Amino acid sequence: MMDLKDKLVSSFLAFENNVDVDHPVHDIRSEAIKNFELKGFPNRKQEAWKYTSLNSLQKIDFSIFPKQINALEYKDVKRYFLHEIDTYKIVFIDGVYSSFLSETTHDGVDICLMSAALSKPMYKQIIDVYFNKVASKDESLTTLNTAFSKEGAYIYIPKNKMPKKPIEILHFATGNEAALLLQPRNLIIAEENAELQIIERHQSLTSNEVMTNCVTEIFAAKNAIVDYYKVQNDVKNASLIDNTYISQKSNSVVKVHTFSFGGKLTRNNLNYYQNGEYIDSTMKGVTILGEKQHVDHHTLVHHREPNCESHQDYKGIYGEKSIGVFNGKIIVDKIAQKTNAFQQNNNILISDKATINTKPQLEIFADDVKCSHGCTIGQLDEEALFYLQTRGIPKKEASALLMYAFANNVLESVRIPELKMRINRLIANKLGVQLGFDL
Amino acid sequence: MLKVNNLHAGVEGNEILNGINLEVKAGEVHAIMGPNGSGKSTLASVIAGKEEFEITEGSIEFDGADLEDTSPEERAHKGIFLSFQYPVEIPGVSVTNFIRTAINESRKARGLEDMPANQMLKLIREKSELLEIDRKFLSRSLNEGFSGGEKKRNEIFQLAMLEPKLAILDETDSGLDIDALRIVANGVNKLKSKDNAIIIITHYQRLLEYIIPDFVHVIQDGKIVKSGTKALALELEDKGYDWLKNESVV
Repeated sequence: MMDLKDKLVSSFLAFENNVDVDHPVHDIRSEAIKNFELKGFPNRKQEAWKYTSLNSLQKIDFSIFPKQINALEYKDVKRYFLHEIDTYKIVFIDGVYSSFLSETTHDGVDICLMSAALSKPMYKQIIDVYFNKVASKDESLTTLNTAFSKEGAYIYIPKNKMPKKPIEILHFATGNEAALLLQPRNLIIAEENAELQIIERHQSLTSNEVMTNCVTEIFAAKNAIVDYYKVQNDVKNASLIDNTYISQKSNSVVKVHTFSFGGKLTRNNLNYYQNGEYIDSTMKGVTILGEKQHVDHHTLVHHREPNCESHQDYKGIYGEKSIGVFNGKIIVDKIAQKTNAFQQNNNILISDKATINTKPQLEIFADDVKCSHGCTIGQLDEEALFYLQTRGIPKKEASALLMYAFANNVLESVRIPELKMRINRLIANKLGVQLGFDL
Repeated sequence: MLKVNNLHAGVEGNEILNGINLEVKAGEVHAIMGPNGSGKSTLASVIAGKEEFEITEGSIEFDGADLEDTSPEERAHKGIFLSFQYPVEIPGVSVTNFIRTAINESRKARGLEDMPANQMLKLIREKSELLEIDRKFLSRSLNEGFSGGEKKRNEIFQLAMLEPKLAILDETDSGLDIDALRIVANGVNKLKSKDNAIIIITHYQRLLEYIIPDFVHVIQDGKIVKSGTKALALELEDKGYDWLKNESVV
């Protein structure tokens, strides 16, 4: 079997047969594959990958291009959508766009496909300005995605506009291939005063191996508001490397919620770059793991201008032999006076064999800033458990209730009520309890 | 109803209860008094089934059955209720949802269906009026940001909702101003019947002016050193706990 890196590099030639090599984006791709060829997959000798190994994934013989197109009936996948409400939908099956399951629009806003944006002349100007402008040109997995970037979601919200409903981006894997590598590429642009809500989900419908290496670029112009919800509840043989890059201008608010309950290995690289004043960058996460699941959250907030804020609040509950990683890096440039940067990572270990590695990383070069960080690792409070038990609530349900309470404040900022309820139910399922109410 | 026989219990080899004997019958109110660290709260926790404490000798019987190996929730289902000195805060779970869960778990244990929503609402309305609890209070997160008085009132509200056979009130009077004390005591008195019993654990006799005990017991060093009627509480208030210490030496 060919080494996965070599396989990818050599597949680039075949990939070139299916894209417009004269488009300026192809120069970006060619640069990117060179970088990936040079660097290869990250390994545990690198500080950022100390606790997460991609070795076993690299031993899998992934198909890079799906050989056949599969169809899905809506009724079979309905439960993965936020079907309680009306939404725009951009849906992919094994990496290929499904017009049947999707609901896109060009009515005042563009909620459509990256492949269209990369090929149609009318989008060229925007692509020139934004594509690959905030994503790293250096980080190897991001450049791997850039090299093969072709399909994904393209969302453009012009000045003062707001889509009528939330947008769902869904990726299904059907198991057509014994092992499938997916590399979606999303570009999201919110112009001045624009506002939008996005829910992203990667869902394998099979026990075959799936690995997704996703890159999302988000640009928030002045006063724009972006709410991004990542629902990570995939099956046992699905792994996800999610690379999100956010560029914010003055007075914009970008909130990313990451709910990590499923999958085999999940790595979230969430990067914020503040390019203006009075910016709010908020990242929140609830992670509940069991079995041998592994979730690694790496966040970065780069404060590059004065008077901005960042808020990080990640809660984790780790059972069985699961492993969690939280690494939160905050950089405050010398010019970025009056920065308020808060970071909180609280964890509960409910098994002796579960692990959490948590590390704040603060690089502060300004002198008039407020930065706080705190990590805690604990067990459930015995006194609180006893309290609930004396009210007749069995220990298992009492534990679940306490874990709910622990994770609860992260859900408070979810602005789509139906999504909040769905997450509540996912948490209940994950904890293996049925409570008599939605919290 | 409750029979505590020669109860010895402690934590990690340190004996805290040193041979407690106590019998509580239906319709009775017992007060247990004693100085700090005498074992009052431990006795309450052991009766409620706190696993941290190990029973080294003796037994606790409830309605004729030995409670050994009975979990705290099973004891609750049998009708034992413990009002906490320091109730625990549970953010994100409203008072109403919490009490609904507690009631339905107890019903489930008895093989009953969930209580219908309208019946539950009626009961909540009735009991919250009894304790002069504002409706807004019921939608707040359980004990989160509650004042000391609100926490205690909420404990008694739960007591009223769950209607236990035996209610143990652990230092319910601490942290209450006189108005709150009166409301709480009123609530407890209205819940009193010939079928249930109450154990009041307190350091001071203040609460006993409002809830009149049939019996008063004094615990010292993990043992009941004196039992009597309400008059004993007044005597204690007057002379302090040292008086008993001296007496027991004689």
